[in-house]
Amino acid sequence: MIRVSGLTKDYGARRAIDNLTFDAQRGEILGFLGPNGAGKTTTMRILTGYMPPTSGKAEVGGFDVVEQSLDVRKLVGYLPETVPLYPEMTVYDYLKFMADLRKLSNAEERIDEVIETVHMEERADGYIEKLSKGMRQRVGLAQALLHKPEVLILDEPTIGLDPAQIIEVRNLIREIGKERTVLLSTHILSEAQQVCNRVLIINKGKIVTEDTPEHLQTRLSGATRVIIRIRGDATDVHPIVEKIPGVLNVSKISADSLEFETAPGMDARPDVARALIRDGYDLLELHAANISLEDIFLQLTREEPAVPEIGVVPEIETPEEN
Amino acid sequence: MRNIWTIAQREFKLFFSSPIAYVVAFIVYLILGIIFYANIAAASAQQFNGSGGYTPNIQIVLGPLVTLMLFSIPAVTMRTLAEEQKMGTLELLLTAPVRDWEVIIGKWLGAFLFIFVLLAVTWIYPLILNRLIQPGIDQGLLVSGYLGLLLLVSSFIALGIMVSSFFSNQIAAFFATLGLLLVVWMISYPAQAAGATGGELLRYLDFSEHFYNSFFRGIIELKDVVFYLSATALALMIGSVSVEMRRWR
Repeated sequence: MIRVSGLTKDYGARRAIDNLTFDAQRGEILGFLGPNGAGKTTTMRILTGYMPPTSGKAEVGGFDVVEQSLDVRKLVGYLPETVPLYPEMTVYDYLKFMADLRKLSNAEERIDEVIETVHMEERADGYIEKLSKGMRQRVGLAQALLHKPEVLILDEPTIGLDPAQIIEVRNLIREIGKERTVLLSTHILSEAQQVCNRVLIINKGKIVTEDTPEHLQTRLSGATRVIIRIRGDATDVHPIVEKIPGVLNVSKISADSLEFETAPGMDARPDVARALIRDGYDLLELHAANISLEDIFLQLTREEPAVPEIGVVPEIETPEEN
Repeated sequence: MRNIWTIAQREFKLFFSSPIAYVVAFIVYLILGIIFYANIAAASAQQFNGSGGYTPNIQIVLGPLVTLMLFSIPAVTMRTLAEEQKMGTLELLLTAPVRDWEVIIGKWLGAFLFIFVLLAVTWIYPLILNRLIQPGIDQGLLVSGYLGLLLLVSSFIALGIMVSSFFSNQIAAFFATLGLLLVVWMISYPAQAAGATGGELLRYLDFSEHFYNSFFRGIIELKDVVFYLSATALALMIGSVSVEMRRWR
């Protein structure tokens, strides 16, 4: 349903998104995960036909977002980050206006349906300016759902909602995602994990990683990584560490640091420490890096080139003593 | 077409839920009422004195109305696009299956309908005048005057919408529109100093010349009709381009 290749957008000298390539199928909920300013909104705006890309191509439902913008807009339901509402209109009038713009033949019927979907029956005749933030968010969502869009694009859809509403909206998205395509952006990791079939982590306009929440989960509960730091060149201790039973995948991560994984069920840390001290090396640090999804996220999206220490939970941080 | 009408309707209804429209209407009717009364009073006093000569015609309504429009229209159009940009609702319109120019024309039509209703109410003065003077008012002048007025406000509104599309702040849009309208209204003032060709050009571009020299005198000339219609079209076109440009930024 959505096909994006080599998508790039520059705002003056600043590159907002850089050569993005991804796709989303019908019946898929694709999560866009990234810090503020990562390029999520820009990508969504291009996909909704709001702005053209600087280069690259994006298609929605087989229509080009630039050449066949009107066709794309007919297919897409969009909830922007700042919910676009007219405060001086009533909820009903607002939805009627949108239904008319979309030329819905069964406007009244659909308006009643979406109002019911977002549980706004009691406030349908109330003015939007009198609504709370959460309610406004729901009206925005109702607007996006009005024409039963093939593709639903939601920019931070649960912001400002209370916990009960968040659960409701997530359930609703899951429901819609069964038959349609949903692209949603969030910076709440658990949300992406709960709702999405696939997660795309984006930072500084680039896709950092793309995976299913299950795989990300595996990374979460995978083998323990251990980082050691010695005084001197880490290359020297590489063969020593490698030989110790239970140590897997040793790699040098900086001049004085090594990283290794422990085989499931084995804790090689005491042996490693003993071996290094025995051979006369100064062991400065030895700690386990328990990776959570937050850590993966932070690690992948942090400003500087990733240094593995980031996100490390300093469980054992010792120069071990004999 | 349906999109234009949908947008125009919303725009039109919005005027009746916004205080600005009521303030504008109140001021226009108040000032117009005072001037009308003053004119009638002066004319009847002269007649009573036997000095005679002065019979008020519909120009006592049209003249002040034009000036009032000059100041009212910026207040009416300032919100149209600037507010949409500020509130983020422009994103809604530009991602709905609506063309940019449909948004602009819809906005223009909505504002025009509002001004049309506002002006329609002022027909009460010609009706009163018609009863007061013998043998009644000059119907031709009435028709040409109001036709000219409608054409004039049509172009003013288009300019207002155009300016509003440049801003995301209503107040800025108001003053910029007012400034622009005053410029096009008085552009022929330096005509004499501008030399033959330059002066001619300035006079041609002057929005007031096309009104006072023809419609206001009961003359309907095609060139003046064309002038206001082209000004309207050009301003709306620039407005559409300006909205389109926002997408590229």
